[in-house]
Amino acid sequence: MDILVVLWLRQMRRYVRSGSRLLGSLGQPILLLLALGYGIGAIYKRAGEGNYLQFLVPGIITQTVLLSAIFWGIIILQDKRFGFLAEMLVAPVSRLRILLGSAIGGATISIIQGTMVFFISFALGFRPHHWALVPAAFLVLVFMSIALTCFGAGLASMVEDFQGFQGINNLLVMPLFFLSGALYPLNNVPTFLRIISTCNPVTYMVDALRYLLAGQSHFGITKDLIIMTITFIVTLTFAVNRFNRIEI
Amino acid sequence: MADEKTIISAHDLVKRFGDVKAVNGISFEVKKGEIFAFLGPNGAGKSTTIKMLTTMLRPTSGELRLAGHDVTRERDSARKAFGIVFQDPSLDEELTAYENMDLHASLYSIPKSKRPARIQTLLELVELWNRHDSYVKTFSGGMRRRLEIARGLLHEPKILFLDEPTLGLDTQTRNLMWDYVQKLSHEKGMTIFFTTHYLEEAEAVAERIAIIDQGTIVASGTTTQLCKQTDTKTLEEAYLKLTGRTLRDESESGNNDGMNFKMALRNRRLR
Ligand SMILES: Nc1ncnc2c1ncn2[C@@H]1O[C@H](COP(=O)(O)OP(=O)(O)OP(=O)(O)O)[C@@H](O)[C@H]1O
Ligand SMILES: [Mg+2]
Repeated sequence: MDILVVLWLRQMRRYVRSGSRLLGSLGQPILLLLALGYGIGAIYKRAGEGNYLQFLVPGIITQTVLLSAIFWGIIILQDKRFGFLAEMLVAPVSRLRILLGSAIGGATISIIQGTMVFFISFALGFRPHHWALVPAAFLVLVFMSIALTCFGAGLASMVEDFQGFQGINNLLVMPLFFLSGALYPLNNVPTFLRIISTCNPVTYMVDALRYLLAGQSHFGITKDLIIMTITFIVTLTFAVNRFNRIEI
Repeated sequence: MADEKTIISAHDLVKRFGDVKAVNGISFEVKKGEIFAFLGPNGAGKSTTIKMLTTMLRPTSGELRLAGHDVTRERDSARKAFGIVFQDPSLDEELTAYENMDLHASLYSIPKSKRPARIQTLLELVELWNRHDSYVKTFSGGMRRRLEIARGLLHEPKILFLDEPTLGLDTQTRNLMWDYVQKLSHEKGMTIFFTTHYLEEAEAVAERIAIIDQGTIVASGTTTQLCKQTDTKTLEEAYLKLTGRTLRDESESGNNDGMNFKMALRNRRLR
């Protein structure tokens, strides 16, 4: 069996065995969907913007993937701190393959989580715009999961301890989410906020998913996909570069 | 150039961490099939040397060859040649003992058909077979150590590095392990490179010893040669004469208080 499959399997085993992580990571999206989807939904409708849940769900799916991917980085950090990384790094397997095998595992976890949020949303009343576009939305989900997982792996290779990772969460993940247009439409916000959101790569992931699932888009799907491809190349390069530099 | 029986050679090896010179220009050679020990106090540079030998750290300068490969340039071929038991834990605690072994087998491309028998033999050797389906997180420190040793032997490497392998093991397991390691060395010609700060262990197991202190090798040879060089009767006296008599300035190297304390005690007893 190829080593990529073996490393992927390792990530899957760990994921399935940590039941609490599985449930805990779904708690936040459910909370957001209930509190925002229903709480703000009423005002949103009165403001004449339509159904907020339809608008919100793609954003929450993206948030789930973002969080899952970054937190998956903690596994790399754990491997680094508790030694298993040393076992992998002295083996006659290139670092690229170690990184890829593990990252594909991390991405799979994100994809599973994102898909689960999709079905939860469905149970809460969300309906995809066109069922025919759902497979395409799934492909976008896969694509952004891989990109964000690489980002998480690169970050984890850089920090030395869990506190450092906590800091990254507060300084990076939160802004990436809140400034991505996941929660509000970008056409009516103040200019500075729009500019910041335009520079945020996560914005385009939300936008692409929203186009495919809810039939709404700010930038247009072509621009979204182009920027996502650039993001993917940058995060992959970042991950490979950082992972190659790890010294223990 | 070293002769063909040399399997490990280091030439003028240096590793600097910022201002700290962890390894300060050491050179040595180990012959094929030999059991070689690095003996030295805490912070002497033993682990740093092993990490450079096993491609974990890049040397600041110097030359390293393993089984005919330049360690810095031909990493992957060098990696196939050795197995290592690290000083620090390196198991996946979320997996079972068997899964850890199997993952190692995959990393070293051991054929699937050979795995079950080999894994069982080794787990039986370290008396963990009856726990092979338990998660490593439920193991005691000594059990983890034993599993790591079994894992290091799984791919039958040409060279086995053991960084303080017996730390935390009970006497019985310690003896079992050394018996097996010696057997491997004698029967299969496996080269063993281990570090320790137990004098008795170095004396009993190693065919040749290098005494390392503050990043340099202060002496090397068989126990007899070391005693002759220092004009002493036992390895302990030789070791003390080479490293212990002068109490080092604490500020010079940070983390050797424990050893100095022991040395001070010993010196008092000797007087
Ligand atoms: N990653 C690192 N960064 C900075 N200094 C380091 C690093 N690793 C080791 N050192 C320093 O290098 C020196 C040698 O450390 P090393 O771990 O090789 O000692 P050792 O002989 O294995 O000791 P011990 O018996 O305690 O295991 C020490 O002074 C240590 O503080
Ligand atoms: Mg050490």
